[in-house]
Amino acid sequence: MLLLALDTATPAVTVALHDGATVLAESRQVDARRHGELLLPAVDRVLAEAGVKLDAVTAIVTGVGPGPYTGLRVGLMTAETFGSALGVPVHGVCTLDGLAYAAELDGDFVVATDARRKEVYWARYSGPRTRLTDPAVDRPAEIAEQVAGLPAVGAGALLYPDTFTDARGPEHVSAAALAALAAERLAAGQDLDPARPLYLRRPDAQVPKNYKVVTPK
Amino acid sequence: MAPMASRTDEPLVLGIETSCDETGVGIVRGTTLLADAIASSVDEHARFGGVVPEVASRAHLEAMVPTIERALKEAGVTARDLDGISVTAGPGLAGALLVGVSAAKAYAYALGKPLYGVNHLASHICVDQLEHGKLPEPTMALLVSGGHSSLLLSSDITSDVRPMGATIDDAAGEAFDKIARVLNLGFPGGPVIDRYAREGDPNAITFPRGLTGPRDPAYDFSFSGLKTSVARWIEAKRNAGEDVPVRDVSASFQEAVVDVLTRKAVRACKDEGVDHLMIGGGVAANSRLRALAQERCEAAGIRLRVPRPKLCTDNGAMVAALGAEMVARNRSASDWDLSADSSLPVTDPHVPGQNPGHAPTHDHDHVHEISKDNLYS
Ligand SMILES: [Zn+2]
Repeated sequence: MLLLALDTATPAVTVALHDGATVLAESRQVDARRHGELLLPAVDRVLAEAGVKLDAVTAIVTGVGPGPYTGLRVGLMTAETFGSALGVPVHGVCTLDGLAYAAELDGDFVVATDARRKEVYWARYSGPRTRLTDPAVDRPAEIAEQVAGLPAVGAGALLYPDTFTDARGPEHVSAAALAALAAERLAAGQDLDPARPLYLRRPDAQVPKNYKVVTPK
Repeated sequence: MAPMASRTDEPLVLGIETSCDETGVGIVRGTTLLADAIASSVDEHARFGGVVPEVASRAHLEAMVPTIERALKEAGVTARDLDGISVTAGPGLAGALLVGVSAAKAYAYALGKPLYGVNHLASHICVDQLEHGKLPEPTMALLVSGGHSSLLLSSDITSDVRPMGATIDDAAGEAFDKIARVLNLGFPGGPVIDRYAREGDPNAITFPRGLTGPRDPAYDFSFSGLKTSVARWIEAKRNAGEDVPVRDVSASFQEAVVDVLTRKAVRACKDEGVDHLMIGGGVAANSRLRALAQERCEAAGIRLRVPRPKLCTDNGAMVAALGAEMVARNRSASDWDLSADSSLPVTDPHVPGQNPGHAPTHDHDHVHEISKDNLYS
């Protein structure tokens, strides 16, 4: 097994190579506005560091969000195109699951990332591998009761300490954690998610009422 | 289209276009079109009366890989045979462009092929090579669509595109969309207005011709005043309780647009001593634009080149055509950190790499690398 994992659903552009047992190489750069520029050079660097060519990879793993759409699509499009060009499967992993896995917390906790517009993407977990709720997007104040007293992981938690009173790192997802989680699930014979984006919000678009009358009143 | 006739020593290039609402993947060998696969999200935008960027970007992501695979099948080539991948790097909708650029980079990287980020407008010009053979040098190009109205002069489509003029407000195609909306004819407006106009009198109503005064810029366009004038005329009729003569309004409005477009394009050719004019972009499908341009070019001794409508609207073949020309003329490939540039200047036919070959870049400005140990243990 040789997995190439990548995630662009948070401000981090992250890539890792995992052989089923361990992480061979990884890269993580934080720049919320340059996912498109940073991802391919990062893939190239990670492969070079591990001394392997892309066509040795047996599967692609991609974070499917939720996360800001423009960046999110960079990772998904890259993963899907690699899969098609190489003829290897492309697996999706919820980005919040990757964060939960990296947090290494036992018991119940919350993962929250920054959804912008004063909202967070979040889900509840019980231990590093078990998600209890579907990923959702909400204003922190609206979920205060549901997350009260729970440890909370991720930039979304750190951003809203009034709601997430026990906030902690890691801030962003790492492809290394994503790859390790995917490797575990694949080894256990579990199905992974399809590589489809979790948008959670509808596109902003309004049906125009009518054209604007131009004749002066 | 004659794939069998293509010379195998000419570059085989796959081109990807996602600057607006069409996911286009084309494959060409030299100047021969082998495949032109398109997935359009236009129907999803219709009820909004215009392209919604987020809707377009989502549709590109879904359609991309199936469209690439369809194009390869249609062309009867395998990805390994390709000599390069080209992609629209700009101008266009930022989020939409980024989907195409991401796909092109991943595809080129996975296949070990050079990547060419190219200009959408130069591609609109270069596509004519697939219809009429090598572009004469120089060529004057009039590009008209919902997104652009430009007059460009090129002596080498891979390195020299000079802007002569452009719209100072709305694009020509935008004016068609807006008038169609005032007339309740739906979106997009171009084809439906063309249809009604065929049964109307282009001289029924005299609408203004923007920027055609003696002191106005010779090659720039303006359609905003025309649009307002047509809308006012229609409203006046409605306010008076009279029927709006849709056919005559369509014909007269359309005439005002194409009169200015062709007049300025022919004048630019004469002034610059250029005897080839190409017309591209979605509005090039307009039947009256084609007819009037033909008439005026003939009178002026100018050869007119207009590709078939399917090649005039946004498509991947045009991007592949320009990519093939980049390969043929040994232009340097783009780097792996190629970005989508929504306002890529028209004077940049492509985005050349900073480094020879495909050496990975090490630009770590504004970026902090996180060391391995505190990341994952
Ligand atoms: Zn266009």
